[in-house]
Amino acid sequence: MGRGQPQTAHVLRRGSFGASASDLKAFERYSAQAVTEYLLNVDRQPDDVDSNIQQSAYVSVTTRSGQFQPNVNIDDARQRWLFRMVHTARPLQEKMALFWHNHFATAYSKLAGVVPGVQATKMLALVEGELPGPRGQLELFRQMGLGSFRDMLIEVARDPAMLVWLDGRLNFRARPQENFGREVMELFTFGLGNYVEQDVYTAARVFTGWNLRLAGGTDAQLPTTYYEFFYNPAQHETSAKTFTFPIYADGGTTIPARSAADGMQDGLDFLAALARHPETARRLARKLWNFFVSEVNPPADEFVETAARIYLQYDTQIKPVITYILQSSAFLDSANWYTRYSWPAEFVVRAIKEVGWNGFTVDTARAAMINMGQTLFEPPDVAGWSLGQEWFSSGAMLARMNFAATLAANQRVNLARDAAVAKSSPDDFVSYFIDRLTASEFDSVPYGYLQGYVSTGAAWTGSTAQLQAKAAGLTRLIVGSSEYQFI
Amino acid sequence: MHVSRRSFIRGGVSAFTVTLAAPEFLCDLALAQGARSRNLVVLYLAGGNDSLNTVVSYRDPFYYSRRPTIAVPAAQVLQIGTDTGGNALGLHPRLTGLRDIFNQGRLAIIQRSGYANSSRSHFQGADIWGTADPNSPSSMGWLGRYLETLPRDPLSAFTTTRDLPRALMSRQVAVPAIPDARAYSFASPNTGEEAVNERAAATRIASHMPVERPQLAFVNASARAALDTLDRVATFANYTGTLTYPNNGLAQALRTVAGSIVRGLGTRVYWVQTGGFDTHAGEGAQGLGAYATLMSTLNDSVIAFYNDLRNQGLLGDTMILQFSEFSRRISENGSNGTDHGAAGIMMAIGGGVRGGIYGSAPSLDPNPANPTLENSGGDVRYEIDFRSVYARVLEDWFGANAVPILAGDFRAGGPPIV
Repeated sequence: MGRGQPQTAHVLRRGSFGASASDLKAFERYSAQAVTEYLLNVDRQPDDVDSNIQQSAYVSVTTRSGQFQPNVNIDDARQRWLFRMVHTARPLQEKMALFWHNHFATAYSKLAGVVPGVQATKMLALVEGELPGPRGQLELFRQMGLGSFRDMLIEVARDPAMLVWLDGRLNFRARPQENFGREVMELFTFGLGNYVEQDVYTAARVFTGWNLRLAGGTDAQLPTTYYEFFYNPAQHETSAKTFTFPIYADGGTTIPARSAADGMQDGLDFLAALARHPETARRLARKLWNFFVSEVNPPADEFVETAARIYLQYDTQIKPVITYILQSSAFLDSANWYTRYSWPAEFVVRAIKEVGWNGFTVDTARAAMINMGQTLFEPPDVAGWSLGQEWFSSGAMLARMNFAATLAANQRVNLARDAAVAKSSPDDFVSYFIDRLTASEFDSVPYGYLQGYVSTGAAWTGSTAQLQAKAAGLTRLIVGSSEYQFI
Repeated sequence: MHVSRRSFIRGGVSAFTVTLAAPEFLCDLALAQGARSRNLVVLYLAGGNDSLNTVVSYRDPFYYSRRPTIAVPAAQVLQIGTDTGGNALGLHPRLTGLRDIFNQGRLAIIQRSGYANSSRSHFQGADIWGTADPNSPSSMGWLGRYLETLPRDPLSAFTTTRDLPRALMSRQVAVPAIPDARAYSFASPNTGEEAVNERAAATRIASHMPVERPQLAFVNASARAALDTLDRVATFANYTGTLTYPNNGLAQALRTVAGSIVRGLGTRVYWVQTGGFDTHAGEGAQGLGAYATLMSTLNDSVIAFYNDLRNQGLLGDTMILQFSEFSRRISENGSNGTDHGAAGIMMAIGGGVRGGIYGSAPSLDPNPANPTLENSGGDVRYEIDFRSVYARVLEDWFGANAVPILAGDFRAGGPPIV
């Protein structure tokens, strides 16, 4: 087992969550381009990953009171998502879902302070059909994450989790509520500098009446009841609404006065305008550059303009933009390899895929991620997580190192068995792990420290006990190294 | 491989163990700075605190007409007197502990603090308060720049949050983030000598600072910041205090800070924060509800910390500085909340603080010509530049030169809170 073709490995770190031994075997004969095709053609792969949960040969989940309830228990929802990241046949779908979860950052804790935890979990993670009610926000991102951004934005505005998170459920005609109206401009679309304070007031009026109601029963504690979006015409403010930027293709800046019954169209017009604004296109292009290409090297203007043009040309479709990015020379350029700071979710999933999971539960990763600074469904605020360098506070780095220790301890027997092929010398042993665990290149000095670690202590015999101790220790050092934190 | 170890015993407590991770002079440095060094505890209220309900101008009729639901009734406020503008003020009824501190002359309330053209964005606002630079809020932090003026010590500051706040960012000093001191320890898949070897190797690997890969050097610096402080952090991880701290995140963070102060490790700057202040909806009425809960958390946590330090004679060394990224609109919205506004209050607390009310409360008259408001009478306009408060803290509390740290002379007009 090894890290495969370097360019293929790069594509899999970025478009997926790294590669397990079986992934590498499956992609053995693929060119980097073929892997990219595979990733992009999400629909050609089965969407059956959930059916493998609790099957042997897959990473485990931890049940509470004997039950695994990812639609109504938030920690189980977190486990299910991590399981998908490890084992999905559609990794780009999960990768984009993670991207959009950060972009439309919505936190469970506020939801659970407003509605019962059962409902809060359903709002975020319900798989349609498994219980009554609309799909959870994550499923929205999984289904629409490569489709039209405009359509996704509209669905997000109607999404029950978002209606609680940014208080849209309480946006009433008499004194509109500005929370969603502000953030949809500042964070979800074109960003600061493209609107003024008056536009915040006006945007709040646009969404009056976009509220929420309980359905399927009257007891919100029951998993069979659910919350759903409803447009309440009686709470819609019907007068004309003028912005400082164009709302319509002809440059018109005023949403006309409409009857209350038709008033929901105000919001649809407004969201469509935001989605097709050129600055939204550029902002998304820059975010996607940072996500897929590099956080160290900035994008060329030409890259941003091209990606933005494709986005607008294809009526805000995301997949053509991602296709352009993954096929761009900048993406494949080795100068951009390992220039993305891994998110905690990416770090733990890649580590599991590379180190192994037999007898390991994703719940251990879920718990460890808290101190790494990323609890899924719990972004710190509506701006999402602080990315890049800001993942790497000392406490967060320590948590990553300690997760490496936990995983290595759990997998020591398997690791030692696999590495027995390289037991002839400490240097061979190190080479084996460097090849298996795809850290960025170690300079000769730290590489020497890895070799020094394996050579320290009792003379090298290659005994089982020695292999287990050193395999675990070395895995911990590599996975816990700074070199490993980049993808 | 040889690991040099040295232990210090001071006051019956093992102060810390040093491995090769920390140069030995740091031990002496920490001892020299000792328990008697002044420190600053930044208390950040995340989300935009509705300061008009924290310190209530309870004789302003517009306060009640513009907040028909969420106003704190005049009969409930904890009266603290009048400001220089003749406005009668009262604290939120849950702030009984702060009222006591005020009466002891150790709480300074700085009204209408902020800056021109206040940002209504949480994130830009937080960055402006963090950098002390409204024009270019993406640079390093004001406290990070202060730390650069001190002798190097990996524990010269720490945050109790998971992320490093911008205020503590520095190009030269890697500030540790210690959200949970008990979890701040080194785990190994092995035991005994093997684990010791592993830690030594991890430390060596993290000491590598490749110039051509600054991103790697950055993460290595964070790893070193962790490895170099683990043993000292362990000395206060289980600190419980002279009283029982409330069981909430803010109080537990302050307990950790108190432990560090009591152990006398020489830390100069601490960052603690508490969230939930983005009260767009459901603030509550009649002095009750969600905002009252926020005030209780604030009050109960701060008073526990204050009393714990007082019980140990350490109050004179500590200053708490409280602020938020903005305050909120004056008029309530239709969901019994308030949206993003502008200037608010800062507070300073401590044995060395000159308590009292600084600055004047705004008139809440919505007349667009009202000079104490902005945004057509919608929000409170700043009177005291927040950087003048920072300058007072840096100069009068820390004895530093605020001008280079704040990249400008903001000392004039700063309230004399020390």
